[in-house]
Amino acid sequence: MSQATFLLFLEQCLNGLQFGIMLFLITAGLTLVVGIMNFVNLAQGSLFMLGAFVAAWFASATGNYYLAVAVAVAATAIIGALVEVLALSRFYRRPHLDQVLATFGFILIFNEVVRVLWGSQGLTVVLPPELNLSIELLPGLTYPLFRFVFIVFGLAVAAFLYVLIARTRVGMLIRAGASDREMVRGLGVNIGLLFTFVFGLGAALAGLAGSLSAPIMSASVGMGEPVLILGFVVIVIGGIGSIRGAFWAALLVGFIDTLGRSYATSLISLIFGSTAASSVGPSLSGMMIYILMATVLAVCPEGLFRARAS
Amino acid sequence: MNRVENRLAGIVLVLTLAVIPAIAFAFDAIFALTFATRILILAAAAVSLNLILGYGGLLSLCHSTFLGLGAYVVGIGGYHAYNDEIAWMADGFVQLCAILVLSAGAAAIIGVISLRTRGMYFLMITLAFGQILYLAAIGAYQYGGDEGMTIFQPSTFAGFALQGRFVMYAAAAIFFCVSVLVVERLTRSRFGLVLQASRMNEARVCALGYDPMRVRLVAFIISGVMAGMAGFLLANNAEFVSPIDLHWTRSADLVIMVVLGGLGIGLGPLFGTALLLIVEELASGMSPHWPIIVGVMVLLVALFMPRGLAGLVSSEKRHD
Amino acid sequence: MIKKTLLTCLGSALGALMISSAVAAPPTEIRLGLVTTLTTSAAAGGEATKEGIELAIEQLGSKIGGIPVTLFVEDDALNPALGKQKTEKLILQDRVDFLVGYNYSNVLLAAYKAAVDNQTFLLSTNAGPGVLAGKHCNPWFFAIRDQTEQAPRVMGDELNRKGVKRLYTMAPNYVAGKEMVGGLLSHFNGEVIGQDYTKWPDQLDFSSEIAKIKSAAPDAAYVFYPPAHALQFVSQFQQAGLKGKIPLYSNYTFDGLTLPQLGALADGSLLTMFWSVDLDNEANRRFVDAFKKKHGREPSNFAASAYDAIMLIDSAVRGVDGEMSDKDKLREALEAANFQSVRGKFRFGTNHFPIQDFYLLQVVPADDGTFTTKTLSVAATENSDTYVNDCQMK
Repeated sequence: MSQATFLLFLEQCLNGLQFGIMLFLITAGLTLVVGIMNFVNLAQGSLFMLGAFVAAWFASATGNYYLAVAVAVAATAIIGALVEVLALSRFYRRPHLDQVLATFGFILIFNEVVRVLWGSQGLTVVLPPELNLSIELLPGLTYPLFRFVFIVFGLAVAAFLYVLIARTRVGMLIRAGASDREMVRGLGVNIGLLFTFVFGLGAALAGLAGSLSAPIMSASVGMGEPVLILGFVVIVIGGIGSIRGAFWAALLVGFIDTLGRSYATSLISLIFGSTAASSVGPSLSGMMIYILMATVLAVCPEGLFRARAS
Repeated sequence: MNRVENRLAGIVLVLTLAVIPAIAFAFDAIFALTFATRILILAAAAVSLNLILGYGGLLSLCHSTFLGLGAYVVGIGGYHAYNDEIAWMADGFVQLCAILVLSAGAAAIIGVISLRTRGMYFLMITLAFGQILYLAAIGAYQYGGDEGMTIFQPSTFAGFALQGRFVMYAAAAIFFCVSVLVVERLTRSRFGLVLQASRMNEARVCALGYDPMRVRLVAFIISGVMAGMAGFLLANNAEFVSPIDLHWTRSADLVIMVVLGGLGIGLGPLFGTALLLIVEELASGMSPHWPIIVGVMVLLVALFMPRGLAGLVSSEKRHD
Repeated sequence: MIKKTLLTCLGSALGALMISSAVAAPPTEIRLGLVTTLTTSAAAGGEATKEGIELAIEQLGSKIGGIPVTLFVEDDALNPALGKQKTEKLILQDRVDFLVGYNYSNVLLAAYKAAVDNQTFLLSTNAGPGVLAGKHCNPWFFAIRDQTEQAPRVMGDELNRKGVKRLYTMAPNYVAGKEMVGGLLSHFNGEVIGQDYTKWPDQLDFSSEIAKIKSAAPDAAYVFYPPAHALQFVSQFQQAGLKGKIPLYSNYTFDGLTLPQLGALADGSLLTMFWSVDLDNEANRRFVDAFKKKHGREPSNFAASAYDAIMLIDSAVRGVDGEMSDKDKLREALEAANFQSVRGKFRFGTNHFPIQDFYLLQVVPADDGTFTTKTLSVAATENSDTYVNDCQMK
């Protein structure tokens, strides 16, 4: 392999890592909500979108991106908690289908509200100049600094979550709730408060992912749905209720999707020729994640890191 | 529902369906007829979904795959009949046989792999299969790719082409009634009772010596074939087919229709489909922000009508 | 028994609702039906189309050919089945005389047959699929913008003229994307060192493709991204340090719709288009000035094309002196295209697609701090599409 090809491969690995980290931020909260509260939260994608819009709007209004991220995280956490307390908590005991219906309704509402507030064109974030450049990681390998910061920051959040879940009392309650909800309730824990906390945490993480993604992807209406689907793919592969599972599954999905997009067409053209590659390649690279999920589930019907005792 | 209620509901249904074209004609509201046709076809697809979802408790997100499969058989057949003069490919009987084989086969494969999983995992694996086929349709450039293709040669049955407003309405109405009857018979049979029992208490069903997996697989295949037939009508009615018919959001729409109408209630899907499509139509006329209206309606129904619209009037009890 | 009555009443109520939404109103004047995408992430283009239509009607004094006009607006939500349903509603219930709009090919292809079967004129202000330019051209269908492949073919010629030898292309993986790149490559003579099609419509992060471009170091990069994705692409392009390093060429990615958001990021890039905001003819000056006054920003090609459509219809109705019942005469009047287009010269080919000039434009800073497109030269004159010979009409 020539040096240029190898460096490109490294860069694509970094891209895959960054994508995986973003997925992890979205799914960490989602897997807890689905696992502990047994609640199919389709609105997680909308919270991601909300984080992106609030950050973009605040950044363009004040010029301070860092503050915008903080504001966006706080805003999504609060809005998420409010929505949970006022509307969604009524659905915990209801069948999954009703939850799907309710959160689907929320998706429609959120998308349109965002359009009313900020227009159809979407909002962009111009990065502060100190972030808006490329750095040279290795001789010949330049990488956008912001994406690098994204990776580092995301890993820090992952470490924080690990400490929270594994080393604190709250984390212990969360893990217990993921294993056996009824028992935790029976032990006298204020389950409503715990649930609101978990939901708010998930919303905050989604808002963080959104506000960090805004400079890259821009805030646009409906940006939450594709991310939502990927999110469910990740938590299903990882095993519902397991943050560890979400982490590894997110990285796995991030790598496979990115490397698939980068190399699928070239690989196919090596074997089948370039005409086949150009017609089949793009579709195939899009399918890779789904093929991965179907394969994992066919072999492990409850995901890789099953958190819940059946 | 007891048998007297059943009969009455059936009679009311048939009468209403028969009267609609007359009213549409009298009031010069032809659009009502074409609109009703679309409602009936989608309601029929929802009825087949109700079999596995409402009665079987299987939340599947690949139902639109079978719908789209049927639609594409018509589309591809019509394409070759029109462009390459291969007349038999537009033959209705040939297409229906192809749909039977293909949708049963697809449902069998998807079912065998997916039915080993439960709940959320089942949801996601059916979604995965659905998306794979959706992406495959997008990649099929000869048949329009994501643009889809107009169907210039509708299905023909011994020289009689399936087109025209009244013909399509009649076909849709008849197919819908047949679908409801089929599901009704199935759910009352021993097979159907085992299916519903598996939803309520799988362990007990196993203890009684039945195999829930086998029953679910058969139900999955039957519902897939019925959806494929609905797809046949869908394509002929729309004279168009595109990969969007296979997207997971279409499956989600069908799930919404079934749930809105009332799970496990025979005519529920008709109510759900009609409600969703009519509100969509009226709301888009009222405001450019109509998705909010639809979203709020869906939310309200979820909150206050846990047994769906038809559940308001049905005496059927649902045990979960 | 009560429950059964309830069921019947519910059924009848729904039925009545359905019929009431369908009862027609008696026709009295010129009725125009606009079907476009007003919701979903693609809504910006639809709104721009609507703005163009409304401005034109306003300037004509709410009259078409001197007859009062009523505009019916319907949203297709980028859903072909819904687009067809709305089209049918406009034809059967609202009794429109003309249908306009249709931003996306898949919606158009689903809906146009309804227009044809019901003998209603359909003027597409944006979508121009090859299928309707060739074999399936139709006396009831008119394309107002262009045929998708025209602008990229002209761009291919421009790239040759500029001496570009090594090119990298990127577009979304759907028919329009493929047609854009296909059109470009049919005229481009140099070497295509890389071709990427990104997942449509979900992929918003182009990091891996842009990394490939960076590694390949082409002479130029050609992209096509509809307004919904243009912003994402160009900000990531800039973040990767490629802005200014690799010349950027595009079609239908940067214009009045997207420049307010991404102008600085696209500064200097080149594009070819059938119209430019600074074209110097009376009709365009009138259009642009009025649009700027009403909306406080520059119009986009969506609005320009929609504006032309209304002016065309106006000229046609005038041409038959308001006598709408003779459809053949009306068609002839439409084909004559006897109106002042904002793009200057305008005439139809035999397939009802425009034969028109194309211009080479560059994104440049405007005086007021925003960005605009400046016409550099005429890239092609009297350009027609490649499907016209397959059309059997006339």
